[in-house]
Amino acid sequence: MTQAGVWAGFAWGLRRDLRLSARSSAEVLVVLGFFLIVVTLFPLSVGPDPRVLHRIGAGIIWVCATLACLLSLHRMFALDFADGSLEQMLFGAMPFPSIVAGKIGAHWLTTGCPLLLCTPLVGVQFGLSGGEIGVLLLSLAIGTPVLSLIGGIMAALTLGLRGGGALLALLLLPLYIPLLVFGVGAVDSYAAGMGIEGHFSVLGAELLLALVGAPFATAAAVRTAID
Amino acid sequence: MSWLYRFASPATFYPLAGKLAPWFFAASAVTGLIGLYIGLIEAPTDFQQGEAYRIIYIHVPAAWMSMFIYVLMAFYGILFFTFNTRLSAMMMSALAPTGAMFTFVALWTGALWGRPTWGTYWVWDARLTSELILLFLYLGFMALQAAIEDPRRADKAAALLAIVGVVNVPIIYFSVQWWNTLHQGASVSLTASPKMAMIMLTGMLIMAFSAWMYTIGASLLRVRAIILEREAGAEWLKRHVAEQAR
Repeated sequence: MTQAGVWAGFAWGLRRDLRLSARSSAEVLVVLGFFLIVVTLFPLSVGPDPRVLHRIGAGIIWVCATLACLLSLHRMFALDFADGSLEQMLFGAMPFPSIVAGKIGAHWLTTGCPLLLCTPLVGVQFGLSGGEIGVLLLSLAIGTPVLSLIGGIMAALTLGLRGGGALLALLLLPLYIPLLVFGVGAVDSYAAGMGIEGHFSVLGAELLLALVGAPFATAAAVRTAID
Repeated sequence: MSWLYRFASPATFYPLAGKLAPWFFAASAVTGLIGLYIGLIEAPTDFQQGEAYRIIYIHVPAAWMSMFIYVLMAFYGILFFTFNTRLSAMMMSALAPTGAMFTFVALWTGALWGRPTWGTYWVWDARLTSELILLFLYLGFMALQAAIEDPRRADKAAALLAIVGVVNVPIIYFSVQWWNTLHQGASVSLTASPKMAMIMLTGMLIMAFSAWMYTIGASLLRVRAIILEREAGAEWLKRHVAEQAR
């Protein structure tokens, strides 16, 4: 496996999935719409009290981001698995984990990234201050790639299974908890006037761990589905 | 190593597991009775919590086992991936229901204990929450395996899930601990001297031993059932069953 091959595989996977998403851009927008509608449900259910909304705003945005990621994960492999192109990638010349990494990158660019762009708007609706929104954005910027990375492993494990969607949620959401705790914790800690470095250090460590481990675990999981 | 490989074959392990399981159950019953006697009758009443504390003789061993078993499952998952021994995967699946059971018992007894001591059945405390998440991990593991029909794929997927899970368990544990802590600190640790009376500790350790023996016995029985299911129609199994019938 040469270094050039690794990067070529990554770039190929990334470009391919981005092009596919660009051709069905409605799917990207639907996930974004899902994020916004679920966020909107919370003020309607807990009441419009600004203090309550300010208190729970960051948590709700984070939870909705994890759900939006969960909902869009089937895009990563399911269609390629169904039409056999995933199998071709597995047996092709390019290293498979790097293609997988490219696909994960494309997934983040088409779900996590658009969510980040909407977050300031939603933050204002929940009465978060400018500084809080900044911290929230930074925590999402580090955390949402991890959502896509861990999500890739579980999406591959549940490829083609009956009841895959609910099963995927059961497998995946427990693993998202640390991100939720530290992502929301950073905003709360900032709002309380305390340091946020610890939270970001842990989020960063998780990102590094996931970056190194997830493409290989995902590739192994795809192999179990195709063998 | 050759003896190890010999027992990694379901054909050799099946009769062995059948012979061993009753002994482990017997050991579990005997030590369980001794542990309960020490815990419920011999041990003194706690001066703060009264008689309610006696639930630790079930609660703490169950909580320990719930965590050990998950690590053990991941260990078998790694064995399965490195040596490609089917039996390791079978052991891994055989352990899961027992692990989930102990997790559930730890949560349930914790709730019953929390009512008299904290005044509430459930609080979103770090240890309770991480134990609840552990239960979800067990349920997810069993659900994934149940959802896959091809046993080879089910084994591989479950092993991978157990390994990914065990990497995440400490992260989840510490993140939840950071998030909120109300639970009393661990009463028993390897580094500090025990904060509890010797007799209480003895009772708890004996109960933990009993839980271990039960776990081994139950997973041996369950692995036999899994072998029967997977190897149905195999020549050795037909011969074995015929011998048993005679």
